[in-house]
Amino acid sequence: MRLDGISRDFGLLNALRNVSLTVGRGEFIALLGPSGCGKSTALNCLAGLLTLTGGSIWLDDRRIDTLAPEARGFGMVFQNYALFPHLTVARNIAFGLEMQGVARSEISRRVAEALALVRLEAQAEKLPGQISGGQQQRVAIARAIVVGPPLVLMDEPLSNLDAKLRLEMRTEIRRIHGLLGCSTIYVTHDQDEALSLADRIVVLRDGEVRQIGTPEELYARPATSDVAEFMGFRNIFSTSCEAVGNDLFARIGGALVAGTSVGQGRAGPAIAAIRPDDLTPQPEGPIAARVEAIEYRGRDFFGVARAVSGEELYFRTEHRAGVGEAVRLGAPPGRVLIYPGAA
Amino acid sequence: MHGEKDWAGRAWVFGVWSLVGFFILNLAAMIGTVVVNSFGTRWFDTWLPASYTVRWYHQAWDEFQLPDILIVTMEVVGAVVLVSALIGVPAAYGMARRDFPGKRAVMLLFLLPLLVPPITYGIPLATVLYQAGLAGRIWGVILANLVPTVPFVILIMIPFVEQIDPRVEAAARVFGAGTGRLFVRVLVPLLAPGILAALLLVLVRTIAMFELTFLTAGSDSQTLVVALYYAVFAAGVRPGQSIDAMAVVYMLTTMVWLLIALRFVNPTQIVVRGRR
Amino acid sequence: MNAVPWRLRLQNRGLDGVTLLVLPAVGFIVALFVYPFLYGLFLSFAPMQGPWFANYKKFFGDPFLYDTILTTLWIAVPATLVNLLVSIPVAMRVRLMAHPRLLTTILVIPITLGTVLVAEGLLNYLGPRGWLNRALIFFAVTDSPTRLVHNYWGVFLSLVITGFPFTFLLIQSYVTGIDPSLERAGAMLGARAPARFFRIVLPLLVPGLVITLSLSFVQAFSVFPSAVLLGAPAGPTRVISIAAYQAAFEQYDYSMASAIAMIMAVVQVAIVVALLGARGLVYRGPATGGKG
Repeated sequence: MRLDGISRDFGLLNALRNVSLTVGRGEFIALLGPSGCGKSTALNCLAGLLTLTGGSIWLDDRRIDTLAPEARGFGMVFQNYALFPHLTVARNIAFGLEMQGVARSEISRRVAEALALVRLEAQAEKLPGQISGGQQQRVAIARAIVVGPPLVLMDEPLSNLDAKLRLEMRTEIRRIHGLLGCSTIYVTHDQDEALSLADRIVVLRDGEVRQIGTPEELYARPATSDVAEFMGFRNIFSTSCEAVGNDLFARIGGALVAGTSVGQGRAGPAIAAIRPDDLTPQPEGPIAARVEAIEYRGRDFFGVARAVSGEELYFRTEHRAGVGEAVRLGAPPGRVLIYPGAA
Repeated sequence: MHGEKDWAGRAWVFGVWSLVGFFILNLAAMIGTVVVNSFGTRWFDTWLPASYTVRWYHQAWDEFQLPDILIVTMEVVGAVVLVSALIGVPAAYGMARRDFPGKRAVMLLFLLPLLVPPITYGIPLATVLYQAGLAGRIWGVILANLVPTVPFVILIMIPFVEQIDPRVEAAARVFGAGTGRLFVRVLVPLLAPGILAALLLVLVRTIAMFELTFLTAGSDSQTLVVALYYAVFAAGVRPGQSIDAMAVVYMLTTMVWLLIALRFVNPTQIVVRGRR
Repeated sequence: MNAVPWRLRLQNRGLDGVTLLVLPAVGFIVALFVYPFLYGLFLSFAPMQGPWFANYKKFFGDPFLYDTILTTLWIAVPATLVNLLVSIPVAMRVRLMAHPRLLTTILVIPITLGTVLVAEGLLNYLGPRGWLNRALIFFAVTDSPTRLVHNYWGVFLSLVITGFPFTFLLIQSYVTGIDPSLERAGAMLGARAPARFFRIVLPLLVPGLVITLSLSFVQAFSVFPSAVLLGAPAGPTRVISIAAYQAAFEQYDYSMASAIAMIMAVVQVAIVVALLGARGLVYRGPATGGKG
């Protein structure tokens, strides 16, 4: 499966610009980005619900972007599930098979299999309105996979569930994907969801691909400072950096902090990014600051401090610190990312 | 959704739009004939009249006593709009805000006058109004016209009331507004768009309400639409062009208000009265 | 035990000052809708002469009277069905339009103008020297004017001109109530346009279709001014409302007129109840696909 520079405009607005991506067989890809970044547009283009204004889509060696959605044979799980309200759970799941003209006995066998897979055997004869949100979600998944599609598209499938169910369904989706091994493209704005589910993550912003990488790569080393900001690097400083021998230092809070360069490591204007998790009070910490607020998070505390030079710093600490207390903060050099250029 | 690119799909789409186009063409031509005829001098076996004049308007103005009819129409419509607002808006507020025993029955009661066609209930209603000595007079016409408009205002207004957060009213009460001041200072301003929409719709519908006015009006309480009916009914007594001149006057009255109404309401609302 | 004051008890059941605001409207409708209806019902059983059921006996004994039911059905049923069957595909297309407002505005015009004006317009337009006949002859469809007024077709066409927009706007409001993602889901599962319509949209549309059919039929069944002006009120288009009107305002037999009005109401109610009863056999619920 290959996307070749696909684009989509709505009038003057470029919702999607020159997106290219190759999806391997059985791969789980997450399209991650803030709302309005074009990820849903990308999914609808793949599904055929929107036409492309540029580029092409290939499945193996067949060009499919000219086909109508019903001719592509993909499975799709919609954000609001889009279950047919007038059909029972079993008939909903059977719909795609009926459209393919599969024999009746074969349909009932495969529907039973799908129901077992999503553990809904008891709900087979109920209408969608009579089952819970989590169960509706399972029906939507079963309906999408029962036809054995080469690719399953999921459009923020967990966004309508409460926090507890969301975690449960996350495991469930991963389990079903592991059992079936069909390629999946999963759209979400939640980085935890993307990190925990995907084999590879595509970060979209303003209709462009910002980074493609494994969850580990994205977590540890975002390619640009705005991806870093989106991935949870709350401390972002527009600053300058200095090179001393092979080591690179960023000027943060009036101090020089050792860091790792992403991209070209040269002295000059730079953006430094640190996760609050990695910034902790240390006896030898380079940044002098004063605590402004502190909140308890169970295992440890998170706090806001103001550096002597005025910057706000988000940090983690294992001991409660009093407001107004002076601290020295530091982070391991591998966790201080330095990007070239100004914000 | 795209995907209907085969010739059958295209032919189907083309067919559907042709049908709509054909309907609109006929509608325009129907209205067009009335307008053209009202300005034509002699129109016989040609596409258009030989020459044009406004003389039929003068004639219609005098012969059909259009000034009187227009005044009666304005009085009837004005009274209907005012009274249906005074009765309907508070009732809509009560219906939207309270759950009381028998609410479903009351709702059905309000729906019936909208669902039953006017000619069906108009005949017994006219009988009662004649017995009460009201029919044949302007008040009888107003009362008869109120029968569908009061429920209409209620059904249009209920969703408007429901969308106002009850906490706004609670806040007003906490700050010391009594029921009267609550209505005048808080609810009426908030409901103003809805009231305006409902009343404009009542206005348009009442100008065009034929059956109820026809069944209850006397010779000096006719509205424009009833006068037009009698003129068409007695066609041959007067030249067709002057009937059409009157029809144009009627069309203008209706269309002006329709255009004003459409600035505030969705055209669908004229038909789809408060669903459920 | 502390007795709860009766005012609070009423309030807990939803009866307080605010509820009283409903009373004027209820009183008004009871006085001017329910009471006249019941009065008419009683009056219809108090004929000017003969036993209590004389009016009904007369109606069902005189073909000139009872035929009006069939005449009315013969006009109203085909007109309603034509309007409905044309409205569905049109509404399905209009749903895809980005700006349907201009179209709905045009369609609302004939409804707003009302039946009297449409009758006058059609008298001109469909007449032997009207534009339609001129066009038919011009395009060599016919060689002499077709008679379209003062007969069945005049009334039928007037019911289409005012009825189609009415039916269409109702259907459109139901069609737009169907969650578009359901059709997309159908497409993703391999359903082509006809299958999507018949398997997904139509079943969800049925409850709305039944209501539309009922309302449109009742409207068509009560056709009055156009049957007089455009039809042949003495013969082929002598509809039931004409019979009722003549009894009341030409023979001054209010009792008979009430009886005919009651019969008219019964026929309408019977057909609506039959339609709604048939609706009970199909899916009736929300037309959306889950939480949204």
